[in-house]
Amino acid sequence: MNRAGAVFASLLPGVGSAVAVTVYVILLLAVESQAAIAALLVAGVIAVLAAARFGGMARIGKSFAERRIAMNLVIVVAALAMIGFFYEDHFVLLLVATVIIYVIACLGLNLQFGYAGTLNFAGAAFFGVGCYTAAVLTKNTAMPDLLILVVGGVMAAVIGSLLILPVLRTRSHYSAVVTIAFALMFKIFLEVNDTLGGPQGLRVDGMNVLGWVFNDNIEIGENFEASFYLNYIVLGLVILALTFIVVRRLERSWVGLNLDAVRLDETAAACFGLNITRWKITAFMLGNFIVGLAGAFYAMMIGFIAPTNFTFSDSLNLIAIILLGGIGNPWGVVVATTVLIIVPEKLQVIEEYRFLLFGALVILILLFRPEGLLPRPLRTYLPGWQPK
Amino acid sequence: MTGAVNGLLTARDLTKRFGGVVALNALNISVRPGHILGLIGPNGSGKTTFFNVVTGIYPTSGGSVAFAGEDITDFSPQAVYRAGIARTFQRSRLSLSLSVFDNIMVGNHIRLDQGLWFNVMRRRDFKRQFEESFERARELVTVFNPPLAARMFEAVGGFPMIDHRRIEFCRALISGPRLLLLDEPSAGMTHDETTELMDNILEVKERLEDLTIIIIEHEMGVIERITDICVVLNFGQKICEGAYQDVAADKLVQEAYLGIQ
Repeated sequence: MNRAGAVFASLLPGVGSAVAVTVYVILLLAVESQAAIAALLVAGVIAVLAAARFGGMARIGKSFAERRIAMNLVIVVAALAMIGFFYEDHFVLLLVATVIIYVIACLGLNLQFGYAGTLNFAGAAFFGVGCYTAAVLTKNTAMPDLLILVVGGVMAAVIGSLLILPVLRTRSHYSAVVTIAFALMFKIFLEVNDTLGGPQGLRVDGMNVLGWVFNDNIEIGENFEASFYLNYIVLGLVILALTFIVVRRLERSWVGLNLDAVRLDETAAACFGLNITRWKITAFMLGNFIVGLAGAFYAMMIGFIAPTNFTFSDSLNLIAIILLGGIGNPWGVVVATTVLIIVPEKLQVIEEYRFLLFGALVILILLFRPEGLLPRPLRTYLPGWQPK
Repeated sequence: MTGAVNGLLTARDLTKRFGGVVALNALNISVRPGHILGLIGPNGSGKTTFFNVVTGIYPTSGGSVAFAGEDITDFSPQAVYRAGIARTFQRSRLSLSLSVFDNIMVGNHIRLDQGLWFNVMRRRDFKRQFEESFERARELVTVFNPPLAARMFEAVGGFPMIDHRRIEFCRALISGPRLLLLDEPSAGMTHDETTELMDNILEVKERLEDLTIIIIEHEMGVIERITDICVVLNFGQKICEGAYQDVAADKLVQEAYLGIQ
């Protein structure tokens, strides 16, 4: 009985918070009135601040750390509940799918910036490389769509390798400027290039995996029909889970340690045999691969792409997500992406002031919580492992 | 050129110029295997520059460095480390936001499997290597400070200066180097802490008899206590070499270093 009680006590904060967050997000997505949304947002902020003030966050964190498998299941169930609730709502499901894809892309940038310390201001450009790869390949080849996703990632990594030399030969601010230049050039290149549709952009075919057409609504029986976006959400969640696991494992390994060491002190790292170039290139290529893969997936879902989707300010958005979430913390990326994508979509009133508010938010975060909403914890190589 | 023939590390006519400034001027230094050599001299006399040139941080302007019979002149810092030379830094260069274990493992680079596939996919093998490395690190840390060994997964930033030095020593020693370069380990510490730290160094030296150490120090008490031989630098040149008592008695040294006219 005691043991069961202890298990219950350690599960409670985690499960409770998961339920609360699920209900909250469903409410936020379902409510239409601008006043109600604004009220919900304020309530949400107050709830989080109160939880943090009274030690609730620590308890929730402990719960997640102690009951890893159970909590992972809870997260999956919560995600399914959210999606199930809106199974026929195109708009909400598109929003959810967009969040998923942006989280994947930001995990890639997080690998570069959060771990290796390479600030990439061309995130949207590499996302665009993935998009255009998908557009060209779906139109002109019979390549299976899942393979196109991988090729989209590979193309982003290959084109990104053009930047490796200038990025490696410059440091911090200067390498960031190199990526800014690339982001600007990329958009101009797309606009003047007629084979890639010029300013008008390109159509992209929807996904088709083993005969399953993603762009058809899902019909089961006579009276059940679910939005076709569910297809993209399910595949998106699978890709997200895989990416998340790989990024997590990288962080919890000698590779993650090397990336941190390179970011924090190149000279000391070199004196202990670390090949600075190797690790910077590894993080840059892997990160761009993930971003490009997310881009290819996005293009096939959205069906139409144009250069205006991949501007410098889109890249800034991606960086803002990482700064807001907590540099180097994948969970922070999830939270920040959800906030930065859902809030402006729902709260249409602020749409025009979106970038102004983002800017203000980033400044506030940097001033008062420079490590982001969810600061990165110390590395645990093996979760649950205790020294003997 | 004492001991040049059978020195573990031998620098010959080593020169380093920064523009018009000659930081090292045709320096000849040799340290015998198993010895502790003290490198002393006033500020700006080239002591740290010597370390930086030996470890490949700065390219040489002339001369050569040989280690264990191999010419390591202008090796990259990585190659110098692989050859078996590890160092600490004057301004302790630990990563304060990382854990004690993380910092020590940076020094263990050579023994850890760095493959992407190994680290991401072969987690069971990784676990074995992790546990072995943890035991190794814990043993080493225990030599320095047993309570520290129970706090291996805490951020370094929360520890006092003396523990920073100990962690830095562990980071340098974990790979089992043959030569250890210590750059002013007593900097920023109280007299008692310095004594404690020197006890630590002597203890490690006792366990690892083959270990050779070159130590840069301003605390003459430290030099007197732990070194077998001293080299005195001034303006990048060697002005004296010998046991501490002899060196301290030398007229040139007193003029240059101890400030006696």
